[in-house]
Amino acid sequence: MTAWPEGGVPMLNWMRWLPENVSTYGGDIDAVISLIYYVTLVWFFLTLGTLAAFLILYRRREGRRAAYVTGDRLKESAWILVPLLIVLGLDFWLDLRGAPVWAKVKSQVPPAALSIQVTAKQFNWEILYAGPDGVFGTSDDLQRENELHVPVNKVVRVVLKSKDVIHSFFLPNLRLKQDVVPGRTIEAWFEATQPGQYELPCAELCGFGHSGMKGWLYVHPPEEYEKWVREQWRSS
Amino acid sequence: MADTAFATVAEHSAHVHDVKPGFWHTYVFSTDHKTIGKQYLCIGLIWAVVGGLLAYVMRWQLAWPDTAVPGWGEVGPEVYNMMVTMHGTIMVFFVAMPILLGAYGNFLIPLMIGARDMAFPRLNMLSVWVFAFASLVLFLSFFVPGGAASAGWTGYPPLSAKVEYTGVNWGMNLWILALALEFASFLMGGVNYLTTAITLRVPGMTFFRLPLVVWQQLTAATLFLLSVGPLIAGAVMLLLDRTIGTHFYLPDLGGDPLLWQHLFWFFGHPEVYVILLPALGFVLEVLPVFSRKPIFSYRGIIYSTIAAGGLSFVVWAHHMFVSGMDPRLAMPFSITTILISVPFAFIVFAMIATLWRGSIRFDTPMLFALGFLAMFIVGGLTGIFNGSAPADIYISDTYFVVAHFHYTLFSSVVFGGFAGFYFWFSKMFGRLLNETLGKVHFWLTLVCFNLTFFPMHNIGLAGMGRRIANPLQYEFLVPHQWVNVLVTVGAILLLAAQIPLVLNIAWSLLAGRAAPANPWEANTLEWTAPSPPPHLNWETLPVVYRGPYEYSVPEVREEWLPQDQALAAPSR
Repeated sequence: MTAWPEGGVPMLNWMRWLPENVSTYGGDIDAVISLIYYVTLVWFFLTLGTLAAFLILYRRREGRRAAYVTGDRLKESAWILVPLLIVLGLDFWLDLRGAPVWAKVKSQVPPAALSIQVTAKQFNWEILYAGPDGVFGTSDDLQRENELHVPVNKVVRVVLKSKDVIHSFFLPNLRLKQDVVPGRTIEAWFEATQPGQYELPCAELCGFGHSGMKGWLYVHPPEEYEKWVREQWRSS
Repeated sequence: MADTAFATVAEHSAHVHDVKPGFWHTYVFSTDHKTIGKQYLCIGLIWAVVGGLLAYVMRWQLAWPDTAVPGWGEVGPEVYNMMVTMHGTIMVFFVAMPILLGAYGNFLIPLMIGARDMAFPRLNMLSVWVFAFASLVLFLSFFVPGGAASAGWTGYPPLSAKVEYTGVNWGMNLWILALALEFASFLMGGVNYLTTAITLRVPGMTFFRLPLVVWQQLTAATLFLLSVGPLIAGAVMLLLDRTIGTHFYLPDLGGDPLLWQHLFWFFGHPEVYVILLPALGFVLEVLPVFSRKPIFSYRGIIYSTIAAGGLSFVVWAHHMFVSGMDPRLAMPFSITTILISVPFAFIVFAMIATLWRGSIRFDTPMLFALGFLAMFIVGGLTGIFNGSAPADIYISDTYFVVAHFHYTLFSSVVFGGFAGFYFWFSKMFGRLLNETLGKVHFWLTLVCFNLTFFPMHNIGLAGMGRRIANPLQYEFLVPHQWVNVLVTVGAILLLAAQIPLVLNIAWSLLAGRAAPANPWEANTLEWTAPSPPPHLNWETLPVVYRGPYEYSVPEVREEWLPQDQALAAPSR
C-alpha cells in the first residue's frame, strides 16, 4: 500500500485523476470529460441541494398541513418542465461538442508516417514492424512481444488483429481504447507528443491471464528513434 | 372477459373458505400470489448473501492482491474471473429480478388492483419453481469440473464459445441453461402481471387510478417480454457453438463475435430498466405517503416511464462504442442515450417537487426512498460520461463504469428494495419492524455505500480496468492503490451494515408487535386488507372511487383519503 498522494487529492475533483495526457487528441477527449464533469457537478449540487432544502423546510411540524398540489396543471408543472428544457438543451450541447472529437479520434485517420501491426493473443501483444522497406509481409519484417516503439510527434497507424478472443488495445496516457476482434482488421491511430514509456494494458476480459496482459509503448525523440531503428535492422 | 375471470375467482373463494389447505399447499406448493412473492423474496435474499460474499473475496484480492482472503484462502486469476462473472450474473438475474419483480410484483399487483390472486395462479407457481430450478442449476455450476462460468456476466464470445479459451466446460453450459430457465420463469411471470393488471382490476380501478408501482411493474414486464427473445436466440447459438461445433460467433468459419454483443445489449439495456423501474415504483409509492402530498404529475410520470422504456430499445450500442462496430454508428447511439436523461430527469424532478410544501415524516421506508433518490441522481449524472461516445473511448471498461452501474443498480436493489421492504414488511408478515434498528441500518448503509462506490469513480478515471485481478501489475495504478484499500474497507463495512437488518427481521418475526391493517395511513388498496392478508385477500372486495395519492385533500379533515372510501362528491 502506498502513501496518500501529495496534498491529498479531493475525491470530488475528478479531472485531477486522469493520467497525464501525451497525445494530440487526448486534450480534446479530456475537454469533453471536463465539460460533462462541470455540467453534471452543477446539477449534482442543484438537485441534491434542493432535495436537502425541501427536507429541512417541509419536515413534519405540528399544526402544519401539506399543500394539496397535484402538478397536473401546466402552471404547476412549469416548475419541472423548464428545468427539463434546460436538460434537453445541455444534452444537445454535449452531443454537439462530442461529435467532432469522436470523428477526430475514430473516423478521420490522418496520413500516417508509420504503420504498425498489433496482433493480440492470450496473453500478449505481438507487435509487427514493416522494417526499412515499409511493407508488411517481406523478409525485413520484425516482430517484438509487448514492445511498441514509435517516434514522437508522428502519426502512427495501428492495425489491430486478434488470434483468439476479444482483447482491447488501451493506452491510458494517449486516451486511446479500441477493442481487438478476431476475424476483423481494425485500424486506430495516435500521435504521441512526449517521449517516455507508457503502459499498454488489455482492457477486455480475455481469460485467466487478462490481468497483467500488458505491453509498453516507447515514445522516442527523433534521434533516439533513429538509433533504435538502426539497432533493430543492423543485420539486414 | 374481466367479469368472467373475476367471477371464477370469486366462486373459487367460496370453496376455499371451507377447506383449510395443509402445510405443503400453504407454504411450498402454493398458488397464492403472496406466498409466491415470499418464495421469490427468500431465494433472492439467499442469492444476495452468496453474491455479497463473492464481492467480499474479490474486493480483498483487489486491495491486498495474492494474500489469503480470511475465510476463503488465496484467489488465483481463474477463480477471480469466475467470481467477477458469477457476482454479476447472480446480482442481476438472481437477486435484483426475483426481489424487485418476482417478490413485489407478485405480492403487490393483485393487492393493489383489488384482485383475489393472479390471473393464472398455477402458471405463477410454475414460474417460481422454474426459477428455483434455475437457481439450483446455477448453484451446481460452481461444483462441476472446470468450475463456474468465467467469461464475464456479459459472456462475450469467442471467450465464452470455446472451452480452450477459459478452461471452463460444463460451468459455462450450465450458466446458459440457468439463464434460459430464469428467462422462462420471468416470461411466465411477465405474462401473468400484464394479464392480471389488464383484466382483474376491481370496479372503479381505471388505468389512471393504478398506483405508479403497478405501472412500473407493467412497463418492466413489457420491456422484458419484448427484449429477451433476441437474447434467447443468441444463447441457443452460443450453446450450439460450444456443444456441436457451429460457428455463429467463431470467426474462423465466418462467424462474428459482435453479433452476440448486439443481441446481448439489445436485451441488456432494457434489462437494466427492468430492474430500475420496479425500484423506482417503490419510491414513488413511499414519497407521497410520507410527505402527505399527492405525487407531483402522476400522468407525467407514467408517460415518462413509457418514454424511457421505449428509448431503452434504441440505445444498446452505447455498450459497444469501442467494440469495433462501424464508428459512424456511435454518435446516433450517443444522442439517443443522452436523451434518456430527459424522461428520467422528469421523474426525478417530479419526486423532488412532491416533497415541496409537504409534511415530511422520516420513517425508515422514507429514509431509504430518499437515499435512493439521492444516489440515483449521482448514478444518472455519471451515466452522461458513459453515454458520450468520445468520453467513453477513455472510460469504457474502467472502474468508472463499475461505479456508475452500482450507483444505479445497487441503489435500486438496496435503497429502492429496502424502501419497499420496510414499507410493506408489515403487510407481508403481519408484524411491525423496529424503527430504531431500521434507521441505524439506513444510515450505516448510506455511509458505507458511498465509501465503497464513490472512490470507484476516481480509480476508474485513473484508468483501472474493470475486470483485472491485480492492480499492482500496472505501474500507473500503483500510486492509487490506497483507493482500492479504501473501497475494500467500505465494502466489508457495507456487508457488516446489514447486521441490523437481520436482527430486525429476527426480532420482528419472533417478538414484533402485530401490525394494524394500515400502519402508515396510506391510500392504496393493499392497506385495506388485513395484515397479513388472508388467502384471497378480502372478505368483500373493495370498490375504487379515486386515484391513489389523494393526501391532504382540502375537503377532508384527515390527511389521507383511501381509494376505496366513498365520499358524497368524489374530489377526483
